[in-house]
Amino acid sequence: MGYQAHFRVWRGDADSGALRDFRVEVNEGEVVLDVIHRLQATQCPDLAVRWNCKAGKCGSCSAEINGRPRLMCMTRMSTFAEDETVTVTPMRTFPLVRDLVTDVSYNYAKAREIPSFQPPADLAPGEYRMQQVDVQRSQEFRKCIECFLCQNTCHVVRDHEDNEQAFAGPRYLMRVAELEMHPLDTADRHQDAQTQHGLGFCNITKCCTEVCPEHIKITDNALIPLKERVADRRYDPLARLFRRRKE
Amino acid sequence: MTASTHHPGRADTAIRTRRTDRWWLPPLLTFLGLTAFVVYGVVRVFMNKWYWVGEYQYLAPFFSPCVTGGCVPGASHFGQWLPDLGILAPPVVVLPFVLGFRLTCYYYRKAYYRSFWLSPPACAVAEPHGSYTGERRFPLILQNSHRYFFYAAVPVASVLTYDVVIAFHGADGGFGVGLGTLILLVNVVLIWAYTLSCHSCRHIVGGRLTHFSRHPVRYWMWTQVSRMNARHMQLAWASLFSVAFADLYVALVASGAITDLRLFN
Repeated sequence: MGYQAHFRVWRGDADSGALRDFRVEVNEGEVVLDVIHRLQATQCPDLAVRWNCKAGKCGSCSAEINGRPRLMCMTRMSTFAEDETVTVTPMRTFPLVRDLVTDVSYNYAKAREIPSFQPPADLAPGEYRMQQVDVQRSQEFRKCIECFLCQNTCHVVRDHEDNEQAFAGPRYLMRVAELEMHPLDTADRHQDAQTQHGLGFCNITKCCTEVCPEHIKITDNALIPLKERVADRRYDPLARLFRRRKE
Repeated sequence: MTASTHHPGRADTAIRTRRTDRWWLPPLLTFLGLTAFVVYGVVRVFMNKWYWVGEYQYLAPFFSPCVTGGCVPGASHFGQWLPDLGILAPPVVVLPFVLGFRLTCYYYRKAYYRSFWLSPPACAVAEPHGSYTGERRFPLILQNSHRYFFYAAVPVASVLTYDVVIAFHGADGGFGVGLGTLILLVNVVLIWAYTLSCHSCRHIVGGRLTHFSRHPVRYWMWTQVSRMNARHMQLAWASLFSVAFADLYVALVASGAITDLRLFN
């Protein structure tokens, strides 16, 4: 059975904006994105919202719903009471373009700062041979849909804009970890992780893991292992003495 | 609540959070839990008595190993190789290592950064600090020494294991089991589970490897530690509670406030 829900949606651009109130129809089985689309179709055709797959796989419809960073397409209306006000705001960490759409180019800039996969010099493409057990750990990180919810939630840049230059964010530190754990990658990424990508900013408070719609254990499986590998090289004289490269 | 800073170009930064759930509850409970443990620990250490039940050979975990000249007779299973430290109770010898292990633990870091330092108090809730440098500078850069505290935690857990073995002691001097024995046993199992599920342990046994296929034994160890590591938070709390409870139980028996429930001899 449908009902009229109370929605509060952010309207505005980079210069000014505010929450606007709407009464909008909600039907059984719908998600927040469906309601936003109905709002767009019936009451405010100029409402800007980024979306694509409606299946939680493209990472386009990231927003903050009642203050929690979520994908709009994966947030069921049935999780709210019928008399509950649903507040939808854009991701707070990134500059606003308009309404619910933010400029996420910070993330693309950070992606470009990470040197790509560097195979051994004596191996040509097509000659790579790896065992499944050696690559399965980093395959978890390949599930990332680049919704940037982890980047948005991380307090290092969310609350301290001045850290944006020095901190790559959890998504891209996870990328460094992925390459670092790759059996055929030859680049020495420890130094860069700490000095170029700002791993030391991370205080492992796990918000990135909490908001990941793909349920990637970003902190436990990428950031902490990367911190331990950096500790091997920078902070642990014993490990530095005895460890061989790429065991 | 007003946010500490305003970010031009960003939307909706004027308030600290729009979360409508009880986001403040987990950090509050963590704050209360950790504070209660610290208060109990300080009181117990400065109490400096009621830590040894000679009849059943129960040694309170806070006072193990008891290696100073001030230890009560019978409690020093590993000798008294330090002099009586006066007002400094026996735990001062081992406490820095145990506390250091917990303080630098990846789970506890999350817990106290959130609940004590509010950095951040919860996800998508603005922290109150004007600047943030993370774990890049002194003193927080010392968090990278966690593995050394892990190395120290292993012998400490071994000593507690020995304490449990000798606690299978009956009133007539032979084998015996009491409720205190079982409490100490559960405690040491939880201590070992917490210690071995540590992220540094996970890294040392196999996580630092890039080619698991070349090290099947270490890979197997890594998978086992990884399995436990997924419960590291629960084990951190369970072992924290159990060590305090075991200590309290021994203190109550040693003081005569309660008598140990004997199951066998």
